[in-house]
Amino acid sequence: MLLEIKDLHVEIDGKEIIRGLNLKVKNGETHAIMGPNGTGKSTLALAIAGKEGYEVTQGEVLYKGNSILDMSPEERSLKGIFLGFQYPVEIPGVSITNFLRTAINEHREYNKQPPLSASDFLKNMEEKKKLLDIHSKLTNRSVNEGFSGGEKKRNEIFQMAMLEPSLSILDETDSGLDIDALKVVANGVNALRSKDNGFVVITHYQRLLDYIIPDFVHVLFDGRLIKSGGKELALELEERGYEWLKE
Amino acid sequence: MQEENNKILDELTQGEYKYGFYTDIEMDTAPKGLNEDIIHFISQKKKEPQFILDFRLKAYRHWLKMKEPRWGHLHYPKINFQDIIYYAAPKKKPKLKSLDEVDPELLETFNKLGISLEEQKKLSGVAVDAVMDSVSVKTTFSETLKKHGIIFSSFSEAVQNHPELIEQYLGTIVPYTDNFFAALNSAVFTDGSFCYIPKGVRCPVELSTYFRINAANTGQFERTLIVAEEDSYVSYMEGCTAPQRPETQLHAAIVEIMAKDNAEVKYSTVQNWYPGNKEGKGGIYNFVTKRGMCKGKNAKISWTQVETGSSITWKYPSCILLGDNSVGEFYSVAVTNNHQQADTGSKMTHIGKNTKSTIISKGISAGQSNNSYRGLVKITQKAEKARNFSQCDSLLLGDRCGAHTFPYIETRNKSSIVEHEATTSKISEDQMFYCNQRGIETEKAIGLIVNGYAKEVLNKLPMEFAVEAQKLLSISLEGSVG
Repeated sequence: MLLEIKDLHVEIDGKEIIRGLNLKVKNGETHAIMGPNGTGKSTLALAIAGKEGYEVTQGEVLYKGNSILDMSPEERSLKGIFLGFQYPVEIPGVSITNFLRTAINEHREYNKQPPLSASDFLKNMEEKKKLLDIHSKLTNRSVNEGFSGGEKKRNEIFQMAMLEPSLSILDETDSGLDIDALKVVANGVNALRSKDNGFVVITHYQRLLDYIIPDFVHVLFDGRLIKSGGKELALELEERGYEWLKE
Repeated sequence: MQEENNKILDELTQGEYKYGFYTDIEMDTAPKGLNEDIIHFISQKKKEPQFILDFRLKAYRHWLKMKEPRWGHLHYPKINFQDIIYYAAPKKKPKLKSLDEVDPELLETFNKLGISLEEQKKLSGVAVDAVMDSVSVKTTFSETLKKHGIIFSSFSEAVQNHPELIEQYLGTIVPYTDNFFAALNSAVFTDGSFCYIPKGVRCPVELSTYFRINAANTGQFERTLIVAEEDSYVSYMEGCTAPQRPETQLHAAIVEIMAKDNAEVKYSTVQNWYPGNKEGKGGIYNFVTKRGMCKGKNAKISWTQVETGSSITWKYPSCILLGDNSVGEFYSVAVTNNHQQADTGSKMTHIGKNTKSTIISKGISAGQSNNSYRGLVKITQKAEKARNFSQCDSLLLGDRCGAHTFPYIETRNKSSIVEHEATTSKISEDQMFYCNQRGIETEKAIGLIVNGYAKEVLNKLPMEFAVEAQKLLSISLEGSVG
């Protein structure tokens, strides 16, 4: 089992946002989590990544069979958990190239591999850029600084491609994207899907799921998954909205 | 969480000074204290011509009448100027043709610094004038330079070999009456560097000087003079490191730069003198006067500095823009940590028409340190269409440090344009979490973010320095985590 969440409760500033959530993700699977705004989708993502202030008061998060709740955010990352941020932050003056090289070498060190040489790193980067249709200039720019919404999201997917995580959680990666950018992002994700990794795609709209076909769709409402199904559930939600599920 | 942050910062800011070692070379020292006898002693030791001795004595007599400046945003105990040794020279004062002849112990010192002359010679093509406790030991590349008619030597050698040039320029840009520490330096300076670029010559190599304060209780009073004749160019690098000692040491240097018509001088400094220990004991008191004169038309002087060391920094590299269309630039990164204090900035005096100046200052404060930017932009009456742009950014790490900005602007010409921007920021939790989420631990993330923050300035450094400076920024903020 790649990810197993059992009866998870998460509080922010003493307010319970996630209230008893259960989820299992196996290798090779893509799960979509949908739901109206303010139901706890981002909270779930950030709690799995270990953000400070997202306090787990009850339940368990197992990654590859081990609890990650006592791990620092960087340790979770080094073990292969990636979060694609809804609002990626700007880091002025730090080029994407430099940022990623630092990150990758941290991962390599953790896995007892020697640091990547500059030329190997650049070669790897060129391949991934081609895969994601990213222009060379983007990687010379400072991390997210002055990026358009689309560029920021594309950069998230690019980092995911470079870090090759086992578990990727994409938090509203589709928000703010026009249809072309959406396709690029979706194509990137699809290119990276394999039997050895899993994805949790958090989205507000069904639209993204036209391009990233999920194996499972879950509806998150009021801190719990209230309905799960196959990809056809997404279509039903598109048609009927969320109201019918709330009763 | 605040506690957690403080804990991390504590760990980060407890980085030990990595250049603390001491070279045991026999010294030829003057007794402690300062009086006219000491000045005669120094002058005799250095076999100086009369005009230098006269200059020293005039400066000394003027200094006696001056008061130590206390307007800086700095707190330190009274300095006892009679408790300082004003002259110390390595006894072996060899005339050397190659590195083989250099005292092996000295080479070892440079090796520890990671700036061995050997390596420098081989790798970077940098001519090095290594100053150790006041007397130059070794000058490399002088032959190449000689071909171009460039003079690059220790100040003492220049006094012997080119007294006419020294007499012509000494004290013309920073007069001994300028300030307390300039007067002190003018009275007791022991060595330094001299650089002369003839008309029309582009210096083919970066000129580099490494200063190092070595003997205990020895104040270092070096003096640098750079003269760039018409249409010439030179890039000059100054690096500084000092060993660790429990007591404080005084350093009061002077740098004078003269740039004539169309000449350009780039002056880069990486200063990582011993900053004192975590409790604020020891360290270098760094009181420096640096000034460049753009005397000719279209002349340009750029100061770039990365200041991570010293317990006290008092330093305002400045430009007098006399020639029409002349340009002055100041790019600075100043890092203070633990109990360090820095009061640094620049002075741009616009006199000529269409003169331009740029000030980019990046202050980074951590621990319980205080970091102040102080700058003056002065546009005189004749400076038609003068322009200045100043940007002063401060970055705070933790909540026990301080950042201060004291910009002064005086304009007497209505056609001038003066712009000033200032920001103060902290590394945000979101930035930190973003780095963490990519597997970059907090300590490395701070190094990364700080280097990014300072990039605009680091980019101005010569390549050889940029790498060292980046490492330094991380070293001075990172520490012994893990």
